[in-house]
Amino acid sequence: MSETAREIEELAAASYEYGFSTDLDTDIAPPGLTEDTVRLISGKKNEPEWLLDWRLSAFEAWQSMKEPDWAKLEIAPIDYQGLSYWAAPKQKPVLESMDDVDPEIRDMFDKLGIPLHEQKMFSNVAIDAIVDSVSVTTTFKATLAEAGVIFCSFSEAVRDHPELVREHLGSVVPVRDNFFAALNSAVFSDGSFCYIPAGVRCPMELSTYFRINSQNTGQFERTLIVAEDDSHVSYLEGCTAPQRDENQLHAAVVELVAKDRAEIKYSTVQNWYPGDENGVGGIYNFVTKRGRAHTDAKISWTQVETGSAITWKYPSVILQGDRAVGEFYSVALSSKRQQADTGTKMIHIGADTTSSIISKGISAGRGQNTYRGLVKVLRSAENARNYTQCDSLLLGSDCGAHTIPYIEVKNPSAQVEHEASTSTVGEDQLYYCRQRGMTEEDAMSMIVNGFCREVFDELPMEFAVEAQRLLSVSLEGSVG
Amino acid sequence: MLHVANLTASIGGTPILRGLDLDVGAGEVHAIMGPNGSGKSTFAHALAGRDGYEIDGAATLDGVDLLDMEPEARAAAGVFVGFQYPVEIPGVNNMYFLRTALNSVRRARGETEIGARDFLAVAQEAMDLVEMKKDFLHRAVNAGFSGGEKKRNEILQMAVMQPRLAVLDETDSGLDIDALRIVASGVNALRSPERSMIVITHYQRLLEYIKPDFVHVLVDGRIVNSGDHTLALHLEDHGYADFVNHELDAPERPLSGAAT
Ligand SMILES: Nc1ncnc2c1ncn2[C@@H]1O[C@H](COP(=O)(O)OP(=O)(O)OP(=O)(O)O)[C@@H](O)[C@H]1O
Ligand SMILES: [Mg+2]
Repeated sequence: MSETAREIEELAAASYEYGFSTDLDTDIAPPGLTEDTVRLISGKKNEPEWLLDWRLSAFEAWQSMKEPDWAKLEIAPIDYQGLSYWAAPKQKPVLESMDDVDPEIRDMFDKLGIPLHEQKMFSNVAIDAIVDSVSVTTTFKATLAEAGVIFCSFSEAVRDHPELVREHLGSVVPVRDNFFAALNSAVFSDGSFCYIPAGVRCPMELSTYFRINSQNTGQFERTLIVAEDDSHVSYLEGCTAPQRDENQLHAAVVELVAKDRAEIKYSTVQNWYPGDENGVGGIYNFVTKRGRAHTDAKISWTQVETGSAITWKYPSVILQGDRAVGEFYSVALSSKRQQADTGTKMIHIGADTTSSIISKGISAGRGQNTYRGLVKVLRSAENARNYTQCDSLLLGSDCGAHTIPYIEVKNPSAQVEHEASTSTVGEDQLYYCRQRGMTEEDAMSMIVNGFCREVFDELPMEFAVEAQRLLSVSLEGSVG
Repeated sequence: MLHVANLTASIGGTPILRGLDLDVGAGEVHAIMGPNGSGKSTFAHALAGRDGYEIDGAATLDGVDLLDMEPEARAAAGVFVGFQYPVEIPGVNNMYFLRTALNSVRRARGETEIGARDFLAVAQEAMDLVEMKKDFLHRAVNAGFSGGEKKRNEILQMAVMQPRLAVLDETDSGLDIDALRIVASGVNALRSPERSMIVITHYQRLLEYIKPDFVHVLVDGRIVNSGDHTLALHLEDHGYADFVNHELDAPERPLSGAAT
């Protein structure tokens, strides 16, 4: 047993393959956060007055707020004044085609396996590439425009579609929602904006790739997706970062608005740098993601979280309209010294609303994995239904898995079901696979991938393969 | 082909196999019978290289020492065990599992891997052999399979892996009459001059379908008697009483199995 436990630990201690950094010429602000910093950011981006005011109100709110109480997380204090709040690759201000993209940036994305040349790309995915919180390019804009879909960087949206941004910004995650959301609202640098007009089925997958490159900078992106009545969109975000010894803060906000009968499917493959075996370095990933589903609308979150030193996120759905549907599918892996505290909130407001939650937590090495989820059924939510399933898989004996469900039901007609299980990768399973000729590593990765099947099945095809590979790589180690 | 001499296995100091000798020649089928807890499954696992035993003695396949090898290397050398209790692997597609298994041993042997399309034909042939319905290929490995379906799945795997030595541990237990016939005819179809089989069973009935060349009686970690298929008939009538009492302390018995 101890022999196997040790081997499993080695398996879990894989190295991070996206740990390179790229020498980009970067425009960086001095560390520190004051009202002037907020004005500086807004000014750098030539923002309209209303947006500066919005930022300032968020900053004011943030100053009066306290950091969340970390419950299950072990975390070194974050020095918010030691961070720089603005870093942007210096580049030509307007990009008309892919040829204008800084070749260094193009190379960086090539290394990540994300080609930005449209002709070479996954044929059915449009990509917004974001480096250090600033969008460097968005592909397939023309094709999308034909369908009436707007997909651009947040800054462009502020410039070109201010009325849409103004209407929806902060409508799902208000500035005072939580400490990190307030911080993000004050200093966010860029992000993606996406608008699907009524009745339109977005002709391709939309995707944002986030890359943190600079050192000692906080990362604050803002994503806003608005799907008008009867529209449909599938969106994917991917994240990587170089290997650094310091912790880096990533505090993004994602807001989704699904109007009547609209459907938004939002998938995340998060592979920020997790830090090393001793817990040195890695990204602090504190993200607020929430969607509002109107009548008969559906919002589905799928996440595969393999990176970051600390992950703290609860993609949520406000089931506002009658018969709205919310889904949350999650795979979270914590190995080395990683800590993941993740889950979802399903807020049932409308009648006959349904939500389902499938969470798969994998703990390896000395990782700690917590599922924390809230199912809240308000008085108005007649006949609301929720099904929650939380499965934890432990690889080794020094890791931990915790399941903390909160259930608040104010309407007696609600049906709320919760199932939880904790298992280990059976030595029997490993032996069975090895008897059939597989190496221990292959067997482990096959078994773990099998454990995550229900979630991977929710990912768009191209990314399901990517997610499986990522999980295998994260588990691979020095055995053999 | 398989040569086992004075094989001992213990778990945490408790001896389970106490000096087992067996020679299985190429193309031969040997049956092993014995009371519950006598060490039959332990023998299969000792050959396959399961962790957790202290092993001594010798076991070679085609002259190659098995005992120093990892389980996957033994599989590549051609050892296949049909499990008494096949293991469930939720979420892993049966077809994918089979192809990964086959390609793992092919890779280890320096052979080319088989692509998804070609593999389909291989799998189809194996499926026909055990009269398995197609949807089993698309279900998760053994997950939710009935006891009999799991056993059939083991034979399916054997048909795909084409092992040099197959050890079938109570593959007949839990099978209905039709399934028993199907599994037995599957086994018979896989008999070949290059392949040896050890069939562990409690029932003479299976041996009517699969005519073994030799039958061995395993009691308390040792082979205490060997003979032809009539020995199985004798056991069916008289049980193990003859062997359990006095044969236990008997000195080494000559083996009737052919030499390697
Ligand atoms: N992990 C273990 N720890 C302790 N004892 C064990 C362990 N595994 C097997 N044994 C013991 O070893 C002995 C032989 O077990 P084995 O499974 O080989 O028997 P078997 O002949 O296959 O029996 P059956 O006919 O019931 O399948 C049994 O007494 C069993 O309890
Ligand atoms: Mg047994």
